[in-house]
Order: sequence, then structure tokens, then C-alpha cells
Amino acid sequence: MNDFMGRKVSYSSQMCFIPEESTNSVPCYRLLSTHGDLLDPSSINELDKELCIEMYRKMVTLQVMDTIFYDAQRQGRISFYVTTIGEEAINIGSAAALNATDVVFSQYREPGVLMWRGFTLQQFANQCYGNEYDLGKGRQMPVHYGSNELNYLTVSSPIATQVPQAVGAAYGLKMDKKDACAVTYFGDGGTSEGDFHAGMNFAAVLGAPVLFICRNNGWAISTPTSEQFRSDGVAIKGQAYGVRSIRVDGNDALAVYFAVKNARKMAVEEFRPILIEALTYRVGHHSTSDDSSKYRSVDEIEYWRTRRDPVARLRMFLQSNRWWDDENEDLLRQDLRTQMMSVLHNAESKKKPGLSNLFEDVYDVIPQNLKEQEQETQAIVGKYPKDYPSDVPLD
Amino acid sequence: MGLSSIAYDLGSGLNGPMSISHLSSPRQQLAFSAKSCSRACITVRAADGNSGSMRAPPSTVRASKLVTNAVAVKSETASIAATKSGHELLLFEALREGLEEEMERDPRVCVLGEDVGHYGGSYKVTKGLAEKFGDLRVLDTPIAENSFTGMAVGAAMTGLRPIVEGMNMGFLLLAYNQISNNCGMLHYTSGGQFTIPVVIRGPGGVGRQLGAEHSQRLESYFQSVPGLQMVACSTPYNAKGLMKAAIRSENPVILCEHVLLYNLKERIPDEEYVCCLERAELVRPGKDVTILTYSRMRHHVLQAAKSLINKGYDPEIIDIISLKPFDLHTIGNSIKKTHKVLIVEECMRTGGIGASLRASIMDNFWDYLDAPIMCLSSQDVPTPYAGTLEEATVVQPPQIVKAIKQLCG
Repeated sequence: MNDFMGRKVSYSSQMCFIPEESTNSVPCYRLLSTHGDLLDPSSINELDKELCIEMYRKMVTLQVMDTIFYDAQRQGRISFYVTTIGEEAINIGSAAALNATDVVFSQYREPGVLMWRGFTLQQFANQCYGNEYDLGKGRQMPVHYGSNELNYLTVSSPIATQVPQAVGAAYGLKMDKKDACAVTYFGDGGTSEGDFHAGMNFAAVLGAPVLFICRNNGWAISTPTSEQFRSDGVAIKGQAYGVRSIRVDGNDALAVYFAVKNARKMAVEEFRPILIEALTYRVGHHSTSDDSSKYRSVDEIEYWRTRRDPVARLRMFLQSNRWWDDENEDLLRQDLRTQMMSVLHNAESKKKPGLSNLFEDVYDVIPQNLKEQEQETQAIVGKYPKDYPSDVPLD
Repeated sequence: MGLSSIAYDLGSGLNGPMSISHLSSPRQQLAFSAKSCSRACITVRAADGNSGSMRAPPSTVRASKLVTNAVAVKSETASIAATKSGHELLLFEALREGLEEEMERDPRVCVLGEDVGHYGGSYKVTKGLAEKFGDLRVLDTPIAENSFTGMAVGAAMTGLRPIVEGMNMGFLLLAYNQISNNCGMLHYTSGGQFTIPVVIRGPGGVGRQLGAEHSQRLESYFQSVPGLQMVACSTPYNAKGLMKAAIRSENPVILCEHVLLYNLKERIPDEEYVCCLERAELVRPGKDVTILTYSRMRHHVLQAAKSLINKGYDPEIIDIISLKPFDLHTIGNSIKKTHKVLIVEECMRTGGIGASLRASIMDNFWDYLDAPIMCLSSQDVPTPYAGTLEEATVVQPPQIVKAIKQLCG
């Protein structure tokens, strides 16, 4: 009998250990060379010019927004920020391949997905400033965006907790047979968490329509991937769970787009999870609380920033096809800078949420004990106003 | 046959209002809001295939695979106790009845946990439900508590109403990250955009020689997490009522059950009822002293009360039910009457429900107290396996009698 619990077993008297490393590493899918040339020139016919241009515009927007918010933090205008520099292609390329009804569970380095769906620069700024227009009502730290309307779940800092949550959402979508999938993003570091392991396993067992998108950007704060795992990256882990997977060049926006588009189709039509490992590089520091020159060479950072920039790569592709030129570039960047200045100024000038926001939404209806605590707090702040921020209204 | 068979048609009407009727009781009619309608659509058919007026508006129904299950309604349970009013059942059956009723009423309600499906759950609370509602709505999960709790959080934020069963409350310590960092927080940090209507339930407390790891009192650890609500059931009546209330609540609720109470028998009403999550239960009115307790200790208190009443004491016994937040209204009214308090709990002395309750009472009712609050708790030790030692770590009726004598003189 060759069966063991429903699976076929092939017995052998040859003692054979599966090697810890395969001779061939998982191939990496790319469409553009690092200089923006289509590796298969004929595939130009499958590309939508308007879509490519729009993707590029959004990637530039993300890059400019990040630069300005980062500077704003350095100037003390916002308290904290996390950039996505170097990972614009993953953000925008994947977002463009999804439907608006696909539910997104991100880590914190994927604002481009929200941006693609229509979150405005003003809304990003409002959250970073925690003003009264922030959808989160000033309760989360900057970059912890969330929008019910845009199907983007509020960012929660702990690493990889969103992975099983996405599987849960996919489970709901499967029960309702919707034409939508769940999508979750995480970094290379996130794959070490138990939640990643169990999320992948559950999704496979359940046949949940979920995309696991790993931004393998080489660093988890100061931990390089060589100290994070010993496997051939993340894509190889898929098979261990029975999950179909692919490795893609994360700095090639077109490759990311097509990989995610196909993955999504399989997830929704075949009720299966798909793992996508996008190789990229975290050009910026982990966050504004980090100075990565302390643990990695400045040369390495500069190399990736100047020679392997995903934004420049797509621009070279567009320009070589005359779909974009320097004049478009200058106009766009100028316009974005102007917008950002105005957006920052606007966000700064708005009031902060009032004190009552401290106590609301802990529950659906504020309970008695919290009402009492609110009254006590209001009394103290009212009595010693000099010891409390002057721009927070008492109500 | 006289019974209605109910077919569940899990279509996906995208937008639009729907109304769903449950044949057996007009009280179970439910009107979905436009938002929740995007989840699923139910058509209910009578056994003779007559859809009648119950069908959802056709424009919102999409053709999809029909999942039929024949469901026997009230007459089966009526056969259990053929007498006048109510029916007798065990506590675990009461939990199941509440769960089943809510799953019938609302197609978004689902159960996740280890062995909850065809195995029916380690304590048989979900017995028969997988057969009735299908493998997706009663989902067997691999062994990763943090992850299936995370799944429930994600599912809840996107429209479902999941119930997570911890095989033992102690295992939910593994889920603490999801419960504390996400479950309790995401409604708040999202600015109210996302709700998490999960119920997290399972057996806890000291059993009969289950060993330290399986004898935990998790209510101690959860009581501090903001955003959570927590209740403890102690009788078949409140078990069913609290289960239903917890499922209907928009907040995440932890429902604490006790390993040794699952076989408690009681006659409960046939009519539908729901308990209030925030209300304590006045078990026995009295005027000498207020005894506050919950879960299994309620029964130890009642046992002690028999002896106390014989000796001429008149204790007022309150099962606090709501562990977070405390029902200070009921508790306060009692203290204003008796001026003396004894708390009887199974938690450890340090950091348990008793510790918090004492602080709360002192903050609010200091002026009404004639004596320091007494609290009987378990010692700060892991629960030993040996039966004799284990018994010594749980508050027993003679201790309660002694404490009351001390308090009341």
C-alpha cells in the first residue's frame, strides 16, 4: 500500500536527504532590463500606454511625497515617518493589478497601494499630522493609514499580524463567492514571524483566495536577509506549504504588475493562495528613528538609489518609447512639490481632534467607566491648561 | 412533516437592501443594512418548496450553487422535556443552542477553532453544527491560536461575525498578540472605520487534575486590555443568553466558560431570550452582606449559603457576570444596603478580577463600607496536578462560611 493519509508515498532503499539548498535558485521574473529596455520587444503590444504612464506618475508622486514628508519630520513638523523609497514599483505595480474591491492588509511600507486607489496627498498629510480630518482621529502614529472606503485596513505596527487577518478576510470572500481576493504585504523580516507560517499554512488548507506579497528588500532594520533566513529567499517557502509561488524583480514595475495580475486571477478563480516574492532594496532608513549608515555601507545605499532606482527604470522605458519626456517630468515634479507644500501647510493649520476622541470608539458605545474617566480628564486639563497642549480642544 | 426545511443559498448580491425571515419565529426576522447586504444573501424556503414572501428581492440574488441542509426546528428540542414550559439541558447544550440560533439568524456568524467541525468541539459545544451549516461556517483550523484568532479579526473587519473557540482558555495566551494589539485596538486606531465583532470563548478555570497549563484563569490577563468586553457564564440560562448577546455585540467579547460547569443541568425557557452583557445577576437577595462572585465560584457560594442561612445569616449573592466592565450599578445598590462585601473568585490573589473589583468598590463606595472588603482567591501558585493539592488551591465552601462569620460577626 503506497498510501499515507491520502498521499502517495514512493519508497526507496536509497538513503537520500533533500539538500538544504537547490543547485538552481528560484528564477526571477522580469520584463525590463535595468536600463528600461523590454527584454522581449514584441511584448510592447500587450502594454497599455495610458496605464504605464499613470503607473509612472503615481510612482513619482510616491517618491516626492516620501521625500517631503521625510524632510518635514527632520524639521520637526511631523513626529515620525517611514519612507518607501526604492519600493515604488512594488507599491504601484501591484496596486494597479488589483481590483478596488480586493481587501488590502499592509505592513506599513505600502502607502502607494492606498495612493493608487485614490487616497489624496492631503489625506496622507492629515494622518501624519493627526489633525481633525485624519480618518483615524489622531489615534495612530504617522503612516498608519486606513480607509474603509478604499478597502485598505488600518495599519497595525506588530509585524505580520496582518497575514492571518488577510486569510480570515479571504475566508469570508470565499464563503460569499465574491470576485475579490485578500492581499497582504510584508517584508523579508515578517516571514520569520509565526503568523507568516500559520497564515500560509491556513490559506493553503482552506483554499483561500489571498495574495501574499513579500517585499524582500534585503533589510529588517539592521538585520540583513543573510541573518533572517537560510533558505533561498522567500519564494521557495511556498511549496513547503502547498502554495504556488513566484519570484519577481520588485524594481521592475511591469513585471510586478503582470505577476500580480496573473496571481490574482488564479487566486480568485481557483480559490488558492499565491505567494509573490518581490526582490527590491530598502533605499531609505527603516524609519526616521533609524540611521542605516550605522549598519550598512553608504556605497551600497547609493548604488541602489542611483543605479537601480525603479522609478528611473520605468522612466527610461517610457522615454525610449516616446511616451514621456523631460518636459513632462519637470512639470510633474514641480506640480507635485507645489501641491505637497500646500498640503503640508493645510494639514498643519488644522485643529487636532478634541479630547473626547480619546474615549470614543474604544467600544461602540462609551461605557460608564470611560465617561467618568473622560470627565476627570477634562476637569484636570481645564484646571491646569498650561500643562497641556493648547491646540487640543477640551471637547 | 410540519417542519420547515431551510435552504441556504449563499449568493452574493452586491448592493441593495434585503430582508430575511426565519420561518419558525417572526422575532427572528432580520433586516440587513445596505452595508451588510453585500456579504451574502439568504433565501428561505418551506419544506414544500414554497418561497412565498420570504424571498429576497430577485434583483439582488445572483445565481450560485445551492447548499441545502434539512433543519429540524423546535419540535426536536421539545421532545427532550415534554412538560409544560421550558426545556431541560446541560450548560454545553445551552451554549450550543444559543450558537445555533444565532447562526440560523445571521449568515455572517461562523465558528473557527481546533476540532470544532466534525469532531464537534472538545466539549461538544459545536456538535452537529458542521453537518448543519457546512465546513466553511464551522471551520476546523490548524493548531495556531494566534493565527486563527488573527483570521477571525480579519474576517470580522471585513464583515463576518466569527466566534473563536479556544480549546482551553490557556491556549489563548498564544493569541494574546492578536487579542491585545489588534482585536481590542483596531476599532479605535482606525477612527471607528473598522469594527471587530468577534466572540472569543472557551473553557478556563481549575478542572479536575488537568495540570497547571490547563487550569488557567485568563480573565486576569484580559481584563486590562482596552476595547475588550468580558463576561463569564455560570448557568445554562445565562450561558445561552450571554452567547447570543456576545454574538450580537459590535464589540469584541470574551466569553469565559468553566471546564467543570459544562454538565450543569437547568430548565431554560423555550422562547428566545438574550441576556445583557453588562448586567450582574442578583442570585439571592439579602441584607447582611454582599457576596460578589462569578463562574464556578457562584456554586461554591450557593453551597456555603445553605449553611449560612441555617445559621441565621442573610447574604445577598450577586453573580457579577460582566467582568469587564463591572456592573457597578447593581453592585453599588447592594453595598449601599449591606455595607459589607465578600468577593469569592478563582483568580490568583495578585492581579485577578477580585483585585480590580476591590479597587473599583473602594473608589466608588468607600463611604458605604462598614468593614474592609474581604476577598477569597486562589493562591499565587501554578495549579498542581495532585488532586488533594489542587483542591487546596480553589476556594471551598467552608472557607466562604468562615469568611462571612468573620465579616458579619
